Amino acid sequence: MNNRVLNYIPKDSFIHRLSGTTKLIIFLTFSVLCGLSFDTRVLIVLLLLSLLGFRLSKIKLSEIRLMSTFLVIFITFNFILLFLFNPDYGTEMYGTRTVLFHLVGRYYVTAEQMFYQFNVALKYVIGFPIAILFISTTNPSEFAASLSAIGVPYRVSYSVSLALRYIPDIQKDYHEIAQSQEARGVGLGKDVKLVERVKNAVKILLPLVLTSLQRIDTISNSMQLRSFGKNKKRTWYVKKKLTVADYSVIAFCAILFIVGMIVTNQGGSNIYNPFI
Amino acid sequence: MKNDAVKKVVATGIGAALFFVLARFVAVPSGIPNTNIAFQYGIQSFFAVVYGPVVGCLSGFIGHVLTDMSWGGVWWSWAFGTAVYGLIVGLFAKKINIESGEFGKKALVNFAIANCLANVVAWPIIAAVGDVVIYKEDFKIVVAQLAVAAIADFLCAMVIGGLLLYGYSKTIAKTGSLDKE
Repeated sequence: MNNRVLNYIPKDSFIHRLSGTTKLIIFLTFSVLCGLSFDTRVLIVLLLLSLLGFRLSKIKLSEIRLMSTFLVIFITFNFILLFLFNPDYGTEMYGTRTVLFHLVGRYYVTAEQMFYQFNVALKYVIGFPIAILFISTTNPSEFAASLSAIGVPYRVSYSVSLALRYIPDIQKDYHEIAQSQEARGVGLGKDVKLVERVKNAVKILLPLVLTSLQRIDTISNSMQLRSFGKNKKRTWYVKKKLTVADYSVIAFCAILFIVGMIVTNQGGSNIYNPFI
Repeated sequence: MKNDAVKKVVATGIGAALFFVLARFVAVPSGIPNTNIAFQYGIQSFFAVVYGPVVGCLSGFIGHVLTDMSWGGVWWSWAFGTAVYGLIVGLFAKKINIESGEFGKKALVNFAIANCLANVVAWPIIAAVGDVVIYKEDFKIVVAQLAVAAIADFLCAMVIGGLLLYGYSKTIAKTGSLDKE
């Protein structure tokens, strides 16, 4: 069973040496900018930068094969679906219609539609190297410390840290319960009828939930014994000090964000329209 | 800080971990091709009813973002949908009052109303607006997609969450359950 929850890949690289806080800021800057902008130029710059970051992290493609396969399937599926649903959406958006060729019936392939779908795909692709970069170069225990450093209340950060800590345990619980129920003939496979399957699922989930509730009691008691939540602030054992490299990257993110927003909102809309 | 507050911090963490495990590793086919039963929403609604709106909201949000991250790429609009879903179901926690040890018809009706409202607000409203704003997707496609998601999640949450709450209520001693002999 794979116990590496978020696929942290320890290595020695420029990106790994940055503090978790910086990486979280990079992740958020890219996510927000990519979310707000529909400007192809900005999106392409973001993509190039995220690929550069990926290069710097020394992570190999073979190490993230599963995730990249998933992304390719998702984007292809989404691309086809967008076209099937409304092949003229690009025309509505950009205001012009340049037919490239005719498929069948109402399905004309237009340059506008292809450009629109290219933008959507671009937005999905950008998030990918950045999320991978963040999760595979940040130690999970540093994750909570970084959240608290950017201003998330420490109780919430602590919840995140608890979640990461207990995911493997709960996964183990689930497998133990599922296997012992299976030994009694409680199955979840395709050969079981749907209604039976749901009933059987509850037979596995209820013990899982009840043990989890017990776990919650145990953990919260021991946290209380150690005076958790007594003070307004909290320090983190794994928190890294920010270095010059960190400050420069954070400053770069700030500039990138501002420039990105200015370029995006030129002309009163966040769409870049090459057709006019 | 009272015990209750510490408990909520822990419940949020464990709830998020359960959400993650069910969403990421547990795939039970629903009968429709390539679609699995979304157990995580059953668990999330359970946590929202037992621990209230804040835990329902945050455990779902954290669980959802972590799950998405493990695939690479966070779908923020859907993550916020999950958060709002947990929040709304949690607002009904006092009405359902599972701690009384009873999960009867009245509680079930309240649970159904909570779920109905939460699913309508979370998917076809919050997540749809997010998808339209972020990806400029055609509003019609998004609403169609999310309406399907809302119905599926409603069914999952009602059946799985309802059965879990019923099972859980059986483990609590009812008030006034002692008889004089």
